[in-house]
Amino acid sequence: MHTSDGIQSGRIQKAPENFLDREGIRTVTAESKNGRRHFIRQAFAAAAAGAAAPMALAQGNPVPTEGGDPNILNLPEHSTGLGQGVASNGGYGVPSQFESNVQRRQSPGLTQTTQASVSFAPLQSLFGIVTPSGLHFERHHQGWWDIDPSKHRFMINGMVKTPKVFTMDEIMRLPSVSRFHFIECGANTAVEWGNVAVPTVQYTHGMISCSEFTGVPLITLLEIAGADLKNGKFILAEGGDGSSMTRTIPMSLITSGEVLVAYGQNGEMLRPENGYPLRLVVPGVQGVSWVKYLRRVEVGDMPYAAKDEAVHYMDLMPDGQHRQYTNIQECKSVVTTPSGGQVLLDKGFYNITGLAWSGRGKIQKVDVSVDGGRNWRTARLETPVLSKALTRFNIDWVWDGKPAIIQSRATDDTGFVQPTYKHLRAARGTRSIYHNNAIQSWLVQENGEVKNVQVS
Amino acid sequence: MSKFRKVALIPALIAALFVASVAHAQSTTYPGVGRPATAKEIAAWDIDVRPDFKGLPAGSGSVEKGQDIWEAKCAQCHGVFGESNEVFSPLVGGTTQADIQTGHVANLRRSDFPGRTTLMKVATVSTLWDYINRAMPWTAPKSLKPDEVYAVTAYLLSLADVVPDNFVLSDKNIAEVQQRMPNRNGMSTQHTLWPGKEFKGAAKPDTANVACMKDCIPEAKVASMLPDYARNAHGNLADQNRLVGQQHGADTASPENKSTLTAGAAPAPVTAAKPAPKPVDPALALLGKHNCTACHAQDRKVVGPSFNDIAKKYAGKTDYLRAKIKSGGSGVWGPIPMPPQTAPDGDIQTIANWLAAGAAK
Repeated sequence: MHTSDGIQSGRIQKAPENFLDREGIRTVTAESKNGRRHFIRQAFAAAAAGAAAPMALAQGNPVPTEGGDPNILNLPEHSTGLGQGVASNGGYGVPSQFESNVQRRQSPGLTQTTQASVSFAPLQSLFGIVTPSGLHFERHHQGWWDIDPSKHRFMINGMVKTPKVFTMDEIMRLPSVSRFHFIECGANTAVEWGNVAVPTVQYTHGMISCSEFTGVPLITLLEIAGADLKNGKFILAEGGDGSSMTRTIPMSLITSGEVLVAYGQNGEMLRPENGYPLRLVVPGVQGVSWVKYLRRVEVGDMPYAAKDEAVHYMDLMPDGQHRQYTNIQECKSVVTTPSGGQVLLDKGFYNITGLAWSGRGKIQKVDVSVDGGRNWRTARLETPVLSKALTRFNIDWVWDGKPAIIQSRATDDTGFVQPTYKHLRAARGTRSIYHNNAIQSWLVQENGEVKNVQVS
Repeated sequence: MSKFRKVALIPALIAALFVASVAHAQSTTYPGVGRPATAKEIAAWDIDVRPDFKGLPAGSGSVEKGQDIWEAKCAQCHGVFGESNEVFSPLVGGTTQADIQTGHVANLRRSDFPGRTTLMKVATVSTLWDYINRAMPWTAPKSLKPDEVYAVTAYLLSLADVVPDNFVLSDKNIAEVQQRMPNRNGMSTQHTLWPGKEFKGAAKPDTANVACMKDCIPEAKVASMLPDYARNAHGNLADQNRLVGQQHGADTASPENKSTLTAGAAPAPVTAAKPAPKPVDPALALLGKHNCTACHAQDRKVVGPSFNDIAKKYAGKTDYLRAKIKSGGSGVWGPIPMPPQTAPDGDIQTIANWLAAGAAK
């Protein structure tokens, strides 16, 4: 199993047991001749359940001594039986039962309640740039609600000619746009400011997701209300839930047309955990500004110093001052596989893949190092490469079995290069909590296990 | 020829632009979409209070009255003195008389100071009033009347000696209180993370990495990684990765196999697909619905005792539990009172049944 350059191409493993043994096949055949077809179904179902573990273990893909893989030689039930009918999952499809490990998860010990808490998206298991809505990270400040959309109202007041009220029906009548954008919590990667604290990319970087959002540019609604776009330099966005979250947003970002009042997410309505039926989409800006259950926008001439911009979501500098109104998520990237908590099953070829994003625009390039940042190669960017959206990158790698430290480094179209921890700590110390966009390091050990590390 | 064409095109272009802009202007009226908000509707929803106190309703409240409200409605989570770290970060502590003079909280400069309280951070008293009014108490937001919000705010500020114990906070004197906020001068907008030009800002980002490609640094050394004892602290990572793929999850339920791969590393264990989840007890949903979980957890003390501990102590005593949930009380498990619960009788019965039967998760 060695190729000419000495690299093993496949590890030999014990072949799995035959799908049905000789006796089993004889019994099944006999029973089927007797017309007891249900027996066959049961026998195969039982055998399939028993064989699930060894099938999944057969990673080396060897040729068994029998001269063929039983998964090929013995036709499984799904190849020889009748499958399930349409709309059999209650009318809304769910992932395969074999995908039950792929879940959003809480980080143990991070919060004392589940209503003011976070669940992290499983980045290590996702492909492309879209986060499935059911795996979108969650951040609730006072619990989530499932709000009747027929009773939801959206109000605009403040520095406007006519304060207005809109129903969901009316908002959905207006010209809509659909755009892909990432949403990242300002505190994503927060626990890693000082040192390594969590094991996997789900917990280090999982407070980011990317969806296609559908909605109406907020500027359209402000124009309907006759907003004073010249003197009204700020808006306050307010949620309709218990926390009634409020955040200040500059009018200049709204007049650009980028800020959306969104009801759609990945082709369907927003999920309740993500603000159903209406949320603000503020591309490039941290998630806390994407106010969920959006009930009101007020136009004003000064910033509002809301709780989440005057107590939290401020960056503490070494001189004791807090940077306030720090909203943009700067250029950042992370390798999602191989990543912490995973095991490389063998030496040989791997596709290093990951995600890059910038709150200032498009990703221009991503470089990848496998020696802890000494040497770099430029990765392939997969299309689409969109402004203020996740961008998927891939690069080929042949692992020789020796320790390797994998990093990625993104550059955006303003020319800004993602910083190292050294850069970031020199500028902001280690107590900032928010806006940690440092280069992430994953150590691939000789035993194949990948560890979250920081390098000096 | 080409010159002539250009000249001829310009008026046509201007005409086209004019038509386009008119068409745009017409389309922005959107007849039939939205209606004027009534004064009553605006009053019901426009509750925000700005740092210049625009939006602050008239009213007043004393520190003394604030303490009564605090002990009944706030102390469960925040502690009697706003010091509790049980549910949320402490509100009070870490500020001094000197800070009140300078408007800079000195402890924020210390890297060895444990944590940051709300009063160490907040620069604007309007923020406290606005947030208490819109979102507190935790399980009954927007239930306080304006005078009660003044009183609670006054009590909170008195705990940090921003106002004296006999103070009555009102819309008339709140601007003077602002001038005593310990961290009122502690904010900076000298950065590039605001997506506009409204603040002072900074000329360029505060980090400036370069995309070096070759021999960029000496050999990298691992400076930080998780200790072995934390291996399974986030649960078995094998169960947090897909069953198939170029990598599998590491079995962190077992000690790490430190040998190299060629010497026979343990392959990732495969967990058979989990069966469909068993039906959950309806009580579990009610615990969330009625915010029991804000103060109680299944297996550890939060503010109140764990459900497991209650179930153990009162096994089979459904009637007692039902009555206790309805009446609330203190002294059985500790001094922090549990307020009387107003959930429907049927729901309380379901929860009491569940607790009396062992509180199975």
